[in-house]
Amino acid sequence: MSNKFDKQNYKNTVKSYQPKPNLFLNCIKAFIIGGLICVIGQALTDFYINVFGYSEKDAASPTAATLILISALLTGLGIYDKLAQFAGAGSAVPITGFANAITSAALEHKSEGYVLGVGGNMFKLAGSVIVYGTVSAYIVGIIRYLITQ
Amino acid sequence: MDYLWAFLVGGGICVIGQILLDVAKLTPAHVLSIFVVSGAVLDGFSLYDKLIKFAGAGATVPITSFGHSLLHGAMEQAQDHGFIGVSIGIFQLTSAGIASAILFGFLVAVFFKPKG
Amino acid sequence: MGKQGKQSWIFQNKVYINETATIGGPMEAQGPLKETFDITYDELHCHEDNWEKAERKILQQSIQTCIQKAKLQSDQIDLMLSGDLLNQNVTSNYAARTLSIPILNMFGACSTSMETLAVGSALVDAGFVDNAVAATSSHNATAERQFRYPTEYGGQKPATTTTTITGGGSALVSKKPSDIRVESATIGKIMDYQMGDPFDMGSAMAPAAYDTIKTHLADLGRSPKDYDLILTGDLSSIGSPILKDMLKEDGINIDDVHNDCGLMIYNSDQPVFAGGSGTACSAVVTYGHVVSELRKGNLNRVFIAATGSLHSPTMIQQKETIPCIAHGVVLTREELS
Repeated sequence: MSNKFDKQNYKNTVKSYQPKPNLFLNCIKAFIIGGLICVIGQALTDFYINVFGYSEKDAASPTAATLILISALLTGLGIYDKLAQFAGAGSAVPITGFANAITSAALEHKSEGYVLGVGGNMFKLAGSVIVYGTVSAYIVGIIRYLITQ
Repeated sequence: MDYLWAFLVGGGICVIGQILLDVAKLTPAHVLSIFVVSGAVLDGFSLYDKLIKFAGAGATVPITSFGHSLLHGAMEQAQDHGFIGVSIGIFQLTSAGIASAILFGFLVAVFFKPKG
Repeated sequence: MGKQGKQSWIFQNKVYINETATIGGPMEAQGPLKETFDITYDELHCHEDNWEKAERKILQQSIQTCIQKAKLQSDQIDLMLSGDLLNQNVTSNYAARTLSIPILNMFGACSTSMETLAVGSALVDAGFVDNAVAATSSHNATAERQFRYPTEYGGQKPATTTTTITGGGSALVSKKPSDIRVESATIGKIMDYQMGDPFDMGSAMAPAAYDTIKTHLADLGRSPKDYDLILTGDLSSIGSPILKDMLKEDGINIDDVHNDCGLMIYNSDQPVFAGGSGTACSAVVTYGHVVSELRKGNLNRVFIAATGSLHSPTMIQQKETIPCIAHGVVLTREELS
């Protein structure tokens, strides 16, 4: 006699007990917050172009730095994690999410000291982004270099 | 119009991330790693620049642009220095982002306390 | 004969809970059980420098308050059994530094509350000690940062997530008569039903609660009707219905008498996802609310099955599933003549 709660059936049976994430609503929220962060980024880019006379390409760096500053502050004030519960990928995917990963790890490990705590743990969440970005850029870069030569 | 396209494209990239989180059940670290790799690969086919031209900050603010910038810096130096140039240039365009994230992350850690 | 059936113990020489003490954090102090805490904190750091110190303070205070309420000094306590969620049970060990009470540390994750109470009662019953304190604690932020992400990290949690409660609970047991008796205990087996999501521990732990409750009833030849309340530790709104339906498949209906500590500790409008969890969850509900209801006579016999999810982040990253356990203790009301 097979019981729906037997070990082999359990995982499937209990799916009906677990609330599904509301994908549509989550996507809307991610879209709006993610879009708004990009709009702020666009406004900053225009500000650096028009006020400081940066070229469009050079304005990317101060824009990124400003967004990172805002995100780091919101993380320190305990606001970014609450925004993220609402926005999901909308606050994780922009560069502000990268800054939050670094800042939150640094802040959390302050109690273990500035060297081993803050210094040693700063990249524990964001490190994989740098590692895979760098490795993939190397691979693609070398392939492209070989092809274009 | 710049702002509308930045909103739509930036929001759209985030929606892809949300689907990877909710449907594929990936952790945020996995999603972001996939995104930077995608950015580098798209730039390898010179597609990401077209997206930036079109969407502005909608393409430069999401983490995908990090992969794009890494490759871009590498390729610029590769033109002058060959293979070695890839290593010289890889962090050239992203250095402002990484440096400011380290600095501001550190300063916040110095002056704030986690709130829980 | 203390052994009953395969996994249950019946205490032969009446063992009593003499005193209890519970401490609550800010979220718990806003919940429906706020009146039952001896001490509450309105901020998560509990006026300490870091999260670990805050948890240690909570555990220490719960033990000291419990001993004080019993009008004893700490050197009159023969044994303390304690545990928490942190690696190497650091909260318990560091809290015990200042107490100079002989100590047995236990780890059963969120089942530690009933594990320590059962073992403590057994040692009192057997006469190895005259009295013992069973104490457990958990802290939302220490657990978050050890098991999940830094507390300020922006990761979206699913609705199945349980919220680790901030609190500590202690109970003093001895043969000195009081109105609450520790009648029996059932020690659980590890149950692993191949669930691997640490953001859904209710689903993972339901089979452990099912096995312990079913075994308990069989060992003692009882039915759910013999209890006023069958309490599970932290199955939350996800695991509780699974448990009830699992038992129904075996013809056991606990609908009328079941409740879950994780669902009792917070109001439904608090942002806690599926409910509370943590080592202190079953401890503060049992030693606060349940003990006071037994004293008032609103409850007469209660079975508390504290559930524990025995994973670590490393095991989860190595794609292992979550072994779970439940230990149960029966408390009865005793008329003092």
